[in-house]
Amino acid sequence: MGAELENNQAQLHAMEDVNLTDAQLVDFIRGFLSSVSLGDIDGYNQLVGVIHHRDRLSPDEVALLVTCLKALSGAVSCIDIILHESLLAAIFKMSLWDYGSNVMDALIELIISLAVSNGKYVDSCLDMLVNNFMPPNSYMDLLKKPHGLTRKEEVLSRVHTALKDISDLVPLAPLRLEQKVVHKMQRVFFNESLTTIYVENMLRLEKGALSEFVGRKILTALVDKLLDLDVEIGWDDILQDDFSKGIFEMELEDDDDTTDDINEDSSELPRELSRRSLGGNVIAETLDSLIVLTFEHLESCERDGRLNEVFDILLLSFQRTVLTAYKSKFAQFIVFYACSLDPEVCGARFAISLADMFVSCNDPPLIRMSAVSYLASFLSRGKFLTTSLVTTILKRLVDWCLEYGKTLNVDPNPKAHKVFYSGCQAIMYVLCFRMRSILEIPRLKSQLLLMPIGPLLTHRLSPLKVCLPSIVEEFLRQAKVANLFTPSENFIFNGLLESDYSRSFGGLERLDMFFPFDPCLLKKCDRYLRPHFVYWSMVRPTYDEEEEEEEDDGGSSDEDAEIFPDRIDENLMDDEAMAISYDDQDFDLDSGLNKMSITPRNSLQYRCDFVQMPSRIRPSMSPEFF
Amino acid sequence: MEGLKVSDANMVVYVHPSKSKKISQAVLRELGAMLLKFDEKFEGVLLAYEAKIIDKNAKILSGVHPYFGVTIKAKLLLFSPKPNMLLEGKVVKLRQESIHVIVLGFASAVITYEDIRDEFKHRTKHGEEMFVSRAHKHHIIKVGTMIRLLVKSFDEEILHISGSLVPSHTGSIHWLEKNSVEGSVTMSKRKMRENEGGVTLQDSVGTDVNAVILNNDHQPKTKKQKPTRIS
Repeated sequence: MGAELENNQAQLHAMEDVNLTDAQLVDFIRGFLSSVSLGDIDGYNQLVGVIHHRDRLSPDEVALLVTCLKALSGAVSCIDIILHESLLAAIFKMSLWDYGSNVMDALIELIISLAVSNGKYVDSCLDMLVNNFMPPNSYMDLLKKPHGLTRKEEVLSRVHTALKDISDLVPLAPLRLEQKVVHKMQRVFFNESLTTIYVENMLRLEKGALSEFVGRKILTALVDKLLDLDVEIGWDDILQDDFSKGIFEMELEDDDDTTDDINEDSSELPRELSRRSLGGNVIAETLDSLIVLTFEHLESCERDGRLNEVFDILLLSFQRTVLTAYKSKFAQFIVFYACSLDPEVCGARFAISLADMFVSCNDPPLIRMSAVSYLASFLSRGKFLTTSLVTTILKRLVDWCLEYGKTLNVDPNPKAHKVFYSGCQAIMYVLCFRMRSILEIPRLKSQLLLMPIGPLLTHRLSPLKVCLPSIVEEFLRQAKVANLFTPSENFIFNGLLESDYSRSFGGLERLDMFFPFDPCLLKKCDRYLRPHFVYWSMVRPTYDEEEEEEEDDGGSSDEDAEIFPDRIDENLMDDEAMAISYDDQDFDLDSGLNKMSITPRNSLQYRCDFVQMPSRIRPSMSPEFF
Repeated sequence: MEGLKVSDANMVVYVHPSKSKKISQAVLRELGAMLLKFDEKFEGVLLAYEAKIIDKNAKILSGVHPYFGVTIKAKLLLFSPKPNMLLEGKVVKLRQESIHVIVLGFASAVITYEDIRDEFKHRTKHGEEMFVSRAHKHHIIKVGTMIRLLVKSFDEEILHISGSLVPSHTGSIHWLEKNSVEGSVTMSKRKMRENEGGVTLQDSVGTDVNAVILNNDHQPKTKKQKPTRIS
């Protein structure tokens, strides 16, 4: 090698002395290449040596390398895939990250020339460019520094321009590219920084000029990857808290400032535990970063006015993979966030498509139950959804469930009618969150009161007995006060979270306990989701504490007049009314919350933190129930 | 332009039972998946299709292959360039060493400097590279020019054509037609006839794929009676 290098130096000087023109230089290289078939490989070996040499290049060596690369791109037609195998291998092994801008430009030009000169090189060239999405390991630390970031931009902008140039000349190249990108994606391991930079590149492709061709597959693959990472994080990693609390009580609100208040209430906080167990979990951190990248990408799509077309892809991929995955924990928030960016179109489409799946007889029961779980959770948690949309979807669910029950006059059978029970549970769950805001808008109130909820819940299939007691209990409590529905028989739940019945309708998958849009445990994601999220503590139930006490004393009579002292102006739009119902500072936070959630009791303190609304929550599902 | 043909095919498309409610959609999906790929059975690249399901009684096959076999009659537009055929394409990049062309909007073709006849000289005018004929000053090839080229070889996997501008009846179509080089026209017609009667399209028709698909009663066709299995 040493001898070769000396030769190369000699070559360089020879070239400089002679002062060759570009065309002559190309001829020179062609001579080297064609003489290989004649058995003369000295010149060729020198060429390979120049390209191989990559450590600490002197300015002269850099100039020689640039000259060789440029000349080679003029002579690509003479390169033979078998005869010049070592040369091709050396070229494809080069990493743009190792060189300065001159070499990078020359190398990119060569790669483009190679790719378009012969169909055989397209794959290798695309592979080489995709490999350059990620820096060599030695470069990872530099990426945190400003000059590292400049370098990253230099490399990546060239890589993406080259991909575009190749696609312009070889129109079918994007087909190959998407396969390569997706394939490589599956092989990227759980190294956070490498995976992140790779995904950045994928999203850049999705946003770039090739979006039309590769966008769909790339986005789908990304969601699949998120789901892969998601399922790597077991429920065991998250759930370590006390499960004796009800669904609604599980949701805890706190903040570092309010720790004292909370500590008086319970000894350990679930999310403290969850975070602690998730903290240091490499997969969770990777997933967190990737979801944030995707959120940012969605924001940029929204700015460019192409959120809708991206949402088409997301929705399809959601239906195919996320929905069918066993209790996805985080991947679904991608769709949630997309909906929050355009609630009127995306939000409504998502809700309607889930409702369609639920009522469609073509889908298997588990998919329909899963769909209705997503729907219930989405309608309850999406702060951006209008109350009228929620009411419309509720009506659809109620109608379907009622229709289902019409033909049946049999005793409760949780297993046989699991779809029915999951529908009823979804209705009650949504109403726990939304009843008050619906009742505050007269038009929707009359719609809700007209819904045949009473006949549905008193059906012989006894949904009240079968659905999760904690939800039924909360629903009955609110429904009674709102005069929506009062059961003829008394249910005593004793604060039970679940029952034998609910366990059996949920099946092995425990879809009865699946609330996919419960607050997200990933730290960075949470920051994006927080403003669009309804936490249980923000929900105003129809009752308030004083009412309850009065009722207990046997008092309350004309409830309807008293429930909503601060009735909202009827002229307000639904959205505004909704916003006010959540943000209204006048209502007494203290009263309702004490019963519903383990929340700081000091209302003043709580109000200070209201805007940030930090949450300590765990998904309301536990493997311990198996 | 040569290399395009319409074939009538009798095919059996195997459809998964889960798609039994939307058979025609499933059949079209199967055919759609074959678009823009070289298929050895068709001996060409499928560019467009029109399928009619003729069998209303598809049955589940017994035993090992539990798929519906749906018999269809399809009209397929195929692109199958062979050596020495004349193709037409648009120049997208031009350098001293090579001319890059895109044929029919999807296949890339390259003509290397060895395959550009000596008549053409590389020149740079106002920063724009071009090849200009020494004999006819108005015969110019530059980026954007539609040219006629001769096929040297065809890479079936990536649909890459290696072309040549050596014969005199190749070059800028605009110039060739304007100067109606008698020899080239007769030659290309003869070549068409020679091609086992399979070539169906005249130059003017061949460039517009949609026109071919809409024009169902297009006359001469190759017959492909052998049922082809797709699943």
